Amino acid sequence: MSGFNEALLIAGMFIVTFGVRYIPLLLSGRVVFPAALERALRFVPVAVLTALIMPMILLPAGQWQVSINNPYLVASLVAVAVAAWRKNLLLTIVVGLVVFFILFGWGLSR
Amino acid sequence: MNTNFIDAPPAKTEFWRGVRATIPMIVGAIPFGILFGALAINAGLSVWATLGFSLLVYAGSAQFVAAGLLATGAGIGVIVLTTFFVNLRHALYAVSVGPYLKHLPQRWLVPLGFWLTDETFAAVVSRFRESEKEEGRGPNKHWFQLGSSLAMYSNWQVCTVLGVVAGAQFEQMGQWGLEFAIIVTFIGIVVPLITRMPMLVCALVAGSFALLFRDIPHQLGLIVASVLGIAAGFLCERKS
Repeated sequence: MSGFNEALLIAGMFIVTFGVRYIPLLLSGRVVFPAALERALRFVPVAVLTALIMPMILLPAGQWQVSINNPYLVASLVAVAVAAWRKNLLLTIVVGLVVFFILFGWGLSR
Repeated sequence: MNTNFIDAPPAKTEFWRGVRATIPMIVGAIPFGILFGALAINAGLSVWATLGFSLLVYAGSAQFVAAGLLATGAGIGVIVLTTFFVNLRHALYAVSVGPYLKHLPQRWLVPLGFWLTDETFAAVVSRFRESEKEEGRGPNKHWFQLGSSLAMYSNWQVCTVLGVVAGAQFEQMGQWGLEFAIIVTFIGIVVPLITRMPMLVCALVAGSFALLFRDIPHQLGLIVASVLGIAAGFLCERKS
């Protein structure tokens, strides 16, 4: 890709990303939203983040892998258990990463 | 002074609390940032463009998707459109935090908007809800968001540089499973939020439809699944 095309790509991605973050931020300060909308918004992070990761966990290479040999699935289940038990983000991330990389490395070495 | 309220913390305290609240997400962002730098270099992007992505776009999962699309030879228009859809969730984050920031001038709103990521949103929402019980509703709470934003942003730049260096050494880095870091970060954010039945319903519906619609182009399945999850949770809450 030429330098000009790279600059064009970055400019395009900057405009859409900044736009979806800034414009609603500006509007939400000027317009009063109904209470129902505010209640619905509380579901946003749970819905979006779950939707983002589920295919990465269950189809890590683009194909279904529902088995204990799938390190993404096993380490995710461990992370869910740690998160539910302790509600500690740092602990969840560290334990999840350690379990994942042990299983992943073990899978590669077989 | 109204005795029903508790005292609000000063700006400096808010700033450092924001930094501290973001440390767990930084741990998760390190492998992911390095992975992005390495993938972008190996997808044929120049060093300057790779650093430019992180400096100017600053959207982890969208940068990751864009690097993947570049590697398959997708055009600029397709990548920009995909970026828009992948980042559309940030509009919903912005609408959630907007009411807490509406008194601020543009010199605050522009940078705080630019830096509004999943991680910073997760760090600030609980702080902002808590501020409702404070004197003046936490007049310095935007400093908390600034602290979180700057911690996350500077870490992302450092990790991109590390990834660029590492990616030039190891061409196979894309197969090291580093993307698990984003998965575990999102699990750590989501699970503690599931405290009520409607939240669980929301997660199950959004997750199931994301699997079902995973092949719809430009990540549209993600948006549709999210909207269905929100609707399911909302309706479930109304019934109970």
